[in-house]
Amino acid sequence: MVHGEAWTLKEFFTYPNEYIYWTIQIVMYPFMTGLVAGAFVLSSLYHVFGVKELKGIARFSLVFSFALLPVAMLPLMLHLQQPQRGIEVMMTPHFTSAIAAFGIVFSTYGMIVASELWFVYRKHFVEEALKLRAIEERSLGEHLAHLLFSALTLGAMDISEHALEADERAVKKLAAAGIPVACFLHGYAGFIFGSVKANALWMTPLMPVIFICSAVVSGIALCMLTYIITMEIRKLLAARKKHLYPELPSPEELKSAEVHVVTMTAKYLVIFLVAAITLELLDLIFRGYTAMKSWDILRNVIYHRDFVNIFVIQYGMGNLLPFIIFLTPGLTVRRAALGSSLVLLGVFMMRWNVVIGGQAFSSSLSGFMHYVMPVWPDSVETFKEGLFGALTVAIVPFVLFWLINKVMPVFKDTH
Amino acid sequence: MISRRNFCKKSLLMAGGLAIPLSALELFDPKRLLAEKPDGKKTRWVFLVDTHKCVGCGFCVKGCKTENEVPYDANVTRTWVERYVITKDGQTHIDSPKGARDGFETSQIDIGEGKFEDIKNEEIDKAFFVPKLCNQCDNPPCVQVCPVGATYQTADGVVLVDRSWCIGCGYCIMGCPYGVRFFHPIFHVAEKCNFCYHRISKGMQTACVDACAFGARRVGNIRDPNDPVTKVIMTERVNVLKEEYGTTPQVFYLGLTKEVK
Repeated sequence: MVHGEAWTLKEFFTYPNEYIYWTIQIVMYPFMTGLVAGAFVLSSLYHVFGVKELKGIARFSLVFSFALLPVAMLPLMLHLQQPQRGIEVMMTPHFTSAIAAFGIVFSTYGMIVASELWFVYRKHFVEEALKLRAIEERSLGEHLAHLLFSALTLGAMDISEHALEADERAVKKLAAAGIPVACFLHGYAGFIFGSVKANALWMTPLMPVIFICSAVVSGIALCMLTYIITMEIRKLLAARKKHLYPELPSPEELKSAEVHVVTMTAKYLVIFLVAAITLELLDLIFRGYTAMKSWDILRNVIYHRDFVNIFVIQYGMGNLLPFIIFLTPGLTVRRAALGSSLVLLGVFMMRWNVVIGGQAFSSSLSGFMHYVMPVWPDSVETFKEGLFGALTVAIVPFVLFWLINKVMPVFKDTH
Repeated sequence: MISRRNFCKKSLLMAGGLAIPLSALELFDPKRLLAEKPDGKKTRWVFLVDTHKCVGCGFCVKGCKTENEVPYDANVTRTWVERYVITKDGQTHIDSPKGARDGFETSQIDIGEGKFEDIKNEEIDKAFFVPKLCNQCDNPPCVQVCPVGATYQTADGVVLVDRSWCIGCGYCIMGCPYGVRFFHPIFHVAEKCNFCYHRISKGMQTACVDACAFGARRVGNIRDPNDPVTKVIMTERVNVLKEEYGTTPQVFYLGLTKEVK
């Protein structure tokens, strides 16, 4: 069977070779890189612009951004027909292609986040290494942990006041350098689509900017949601372990800190949400107003075939509803959790409507294609490009976050 | 009397002085200059389709699939034929069942998802066939977007795919406004018409040209003023597909109308 045939339904006239070639994994790709970039921007708001109210979530979102980073590559690998050659994008880049920039931008960004994390956690690494070194008879686990933490210190064992101040300055500089790189990482994902002149829906210079704004929105929303969930778990644990460790913060203390952080983060979320919606609507209005040759079929796709996906789920449930939720006075944690989940749904649907919606019509402008997402896989291909492949991509960052959290605890200072 | 020291100095100077024009000869090698001139090429393959002559038999599609090892039953093809039926109400009905591999066996229009549309003869204003293949663009978007350079343009203008290098990302498929690219069902890399490069570069015709009994398809070299294809392109009213994309397509059509997509 031809690649794409398993999940493409064609209606009216489409060119014989046209199928939905870019499927759910290519929806996941900008969604995941968006989360990476957004989480990083959120952490930079504290580190660079000194937004003190975001201190509680800054370190959290930085670690989360790092956990999401390798996952941004996963959907691409799952989508390639020759994944074993994927590395060639970095080894033999062909620079007229937008994708060729991936290796450079991705590794630059990875290095910035990794070094920023190192400066943030250096004190912790040194302390852990020294603590483990002090143990006379180390078990195998302790021995391995000692090796790991000693290696992570990179030999820089100085944790004097002066050295830590230097660390903080480095964090600030790296965070500042990271913002444009994070925006570039995601903006260029938008460029990949926006520069395809053969696709009437994708081709707009606004695409990179739209992608960056919605990326920041989704990154903030995911950090907020994960933050709320982790705080809830911590509250439960705190209540249970209260009598064992009296030095731990009480559930009440945690709750007030949580509400404070969530309210502040929600403000920034709304600001970026306004920017994202403004740009998306501008694009839509402009297309309708100029009514180029392709508008006939685009109008059919936007207002008729994809109406529910675009106007009900993306704009209605994903944008309008969270607006009401966040802007109604007296924001509670539960409402914020619901609001940010809806925002995530909205941004995911935006990616879906761009990637799948862009292939919903033939480039002959005379026919339509419909993507039927494979649910139960009957081959490797329908697994990779179906629901379970997408779920794999969605779950991995949380597993990574859990693992990285073991080495770089995000809530250490309150322990 | 010239001193030994001065003799050495002057002879070195002379040798150096003589070397300058010699190096200039190397710098301005006329042969290399000619080779580097963009219009110095002797061959630029182009294609000429005469839509008036096409009867939609699909022999070209059959011939192409056999020649180029595109699985016969796979629903992808390097070349195909489209049928256009324009009815009196101004509607354009287009189809290309299986790329017209078996021609058009029924007068019903294939509207996808296994459905067919009946059109009565008296409702038809005009009807015709349009063969399609890769346009071997002068400014190929597929080559531009390939992240690893696996697809490239030869000096004589044909765009090829390196099957050992393609990573299968599908960006070229997305970038082609003509929909000529697809994933090869066996090699799992990007695949497209290459004007039967293995044949034309040996002085043969493409498989589809050989298969066409009506002379609707012709391949030629536009750099050769005596080539019959060049003569037609230079003297008759030819058109190209989707010029607005700036791809400078090199498949020329006789009898193209506004309805053709």
